[in-house]
Amino acid sequence: MTSFFSLALDIGTALILLTTALSLVRLVIGPSLPDRVVAFDMMTVSIVAFCGLAAIRFDERAFLDVALALALVGFLATAALARFAERARKIDEKEAS
Amino acid sequence: MIELIVGILILTGGAFGVLGAIGLIRMPDILIRMHASTKIGTLSCGLVVAAAAVHFGDWGTSVRAVLIIVFLVVTAPIASHMIGRAAVTTGVSLWRGAGPGAGRNDDR
Repeated sequence: MTSFFSLALDIGTALILLTTALSLVRLVIGPSLPDRVVAFDMMTVSIVAFCGLAAIRFDERAFLDVALALALVGFLATAALARFAERARKIDEKEAS
Repeated sequence: MIELIVGILILTGGAFGVLGAIGLIRMPDILIRMHASTKIGTLSCGLVVAAAAVHFGDWGTSVRAVLIIVFLVVTAPIASHMIGRAAVTTGVSLWRGAGPGAGRNDDR
């Protein structure tokens, strides 16, 4: 393992973790529910990338299966949260009228 | 040589990820933020998973990597379309841009 490769692996892991942290900032300060769903989607995608990095770092192929399952679950969560954000408004309107 | 390719792919993916997250933080409006986050996030994740496929270099890993990338590319537009529709129908205030009327949010 050359020094460039391990350095690139370290820097890439730090950058992906920084991506997750910045998305977490938007998840906390996001003014509305759809903003938070967008930030959550970005966090899921960056954690899938982190699983790929972990597969390279620990030389373990099973992390790619983890990444595949996480991408699937993340899409389901995003779709469900988007439906929820849409329906919560309609229920509010129905109760108000 | 393979290590060089893997390192460059990882660095490019990490850099794009941070750029997308900065866009997610700094853009003024949810639709513009989605423009920054979903596409660049998919690109960053695809580059890193491609780096894993190049690093292992066998059929099983490559098939998994291609599955992950295809799944992300197929589902990212669907998810962002659903979030965008939810944002517009629930009336999130949108950015009006620079120029006359700048800084005025529209309340739907």
